[in-house]
Amino acid sequence: MPRLHLPALILTFGLGAAALAGAGAVLTTAAHAAPDGPTVGPTVGIDNFTFSPPTITVAAGQTVTWVNRDDIPHTVVATDKAFKSHVMDTDEKFSFTFTRPGEYAYFCSLHPHMVGKVVVKGG
Amino acid sequence: MTEHDEGDFGRRGFLKCMAWAGTGALWTVSGGLASSISLESALAGPVRPKGFTFLQLSDSHVGFAKPANPDARATYREAIAKVVAMPVKPDFIIHTGDISQLSRDQEFDDADQIVKEASLQVFHVPGEHDMLDDGAGKAYLDRYGQGSLGAGWYSFDHKGVHFVALVNVVNLKAGGMGNLGQGQLAWLRNDLAGRQASTPIVVFAHIPLWTVYADWGWGTDDAAQALSYLKPFGSVTVLNGHIHQITQKVEGNIAFHTARSTAFPQPVGGTAPSPGPLKVPAEQLHSMLGITTATFVPGKAPIALVDATLVV
Repeated sequence: MPRLHLPALILTFGLGAAALAGAGAVLTTAAHAAPDGPTVGPTVGIDNFTFSPPTITVAAGQTVTWVNRDDIPHTVVATDKAFKSHVMDTDEKFSFTFTRPGEYAYFCSLHPHMVGKVVVKGG
Repeated sequence: MTEHDEGDFGRRGFLKCMAWAGTGALWTVSGGLASSISLESALAGPVRPKGFTFLQLSDSHVGFAKPANPDARATYREAIAKVVAMPVKPDFIIHTGDISQLSRDQEFDDADQIVKEASLQVFHVPGEHDMLDDGAGKAYLDRYGQGSLGAGWYSFDHKGVHFVALVNVVNLKAGGMGNLGQGQLAWLRNDLAGRQASTPIVVFAHIPLWTVYADWGWGTDDAAQALSYLKPFGSVTVLNGHIHQITQKVEGNIAFHTARSTAFPQPVGGTAPSPGPLKVPAEQLHSMLGITTATFVPGKAPIALVDATLVV
């Protein structure tokens, strides 16, 4: 898989599409968005008790945001405890910045059959 | 109240029980296995069983306010009103978890306030929705965990029946289902040791202790070990919630049963994209919510369970 440039990531994952429309070309520091600003890293959706996409590949330093679109709360917990979200109710989000390359398996601690993986590529 | 005269839970009884699945089921404990009586005859009274009845409530999800049920408090109140109206007063209530939607104090407060109307002692086990506070279950245990061990397990005896409350919603493993854990299993083994095989046992926990549908996590990974400790007993009734629908299974002397929710239904395993809340037309909702009455008759046959819906 070719390495994605940030603008491509933004378009691919389409988070906050309206706010970002036309802005992709100038957003060069997407991974460093202010905590309260628009989410501009790759996004993993939680729909129908499934992480989508189940595996996501990012560059070291990027922030991944999960958003729960189910009517039931979910969590995102790394199998090795590297990160752990609060409980996300409907439409709530959780973000984590991956600084170290590696593979991070995670699951929902409430519904552990829900599993996913973040692959972090080195610089 | 009538009951089946068979001492076992044969095919006929099982099919009868299944036939009630749409309208409500009741179990009767008498010495051994569960048998069923119709809801109509159970509610008709006035014959009081020599033993006792208790109630199972489950998955009240107080705080839930989504399209599948805009007001889970209201339907929980309706369930309790149904309890208050029962001609035979149950000895107590067991709640098989997911009291709240998000473990918030206000939700627990409201749930307690609502169930208080029944004026009955309530025995709890947590669902995964009850362990969501920042203290990972502290809110639940502070409120309901007095006298319990670990994440909230305990046992008690009532009129010759041994009740065991198990917790299978904590320390869940990635890719797995419900989990009891070695500490609790060791406690269970010890709790059951030395009891007479003729002692009727009722086990209750949130997630089913048998695998209803693995792809949705509807089972408990280490339940087989727990069930092996229960095999010597002549009458074991396992009451669960979590899946918001009635399912039943009989395996040897163990009768398994899951109760309806008082909040919202969920789809039958594998019949929908996910186990999320099932949105049904408003006029159908009450027919998919309910409570379960269990009747124990000493020296006779099984615990009888009747599942009643919230339809007035």
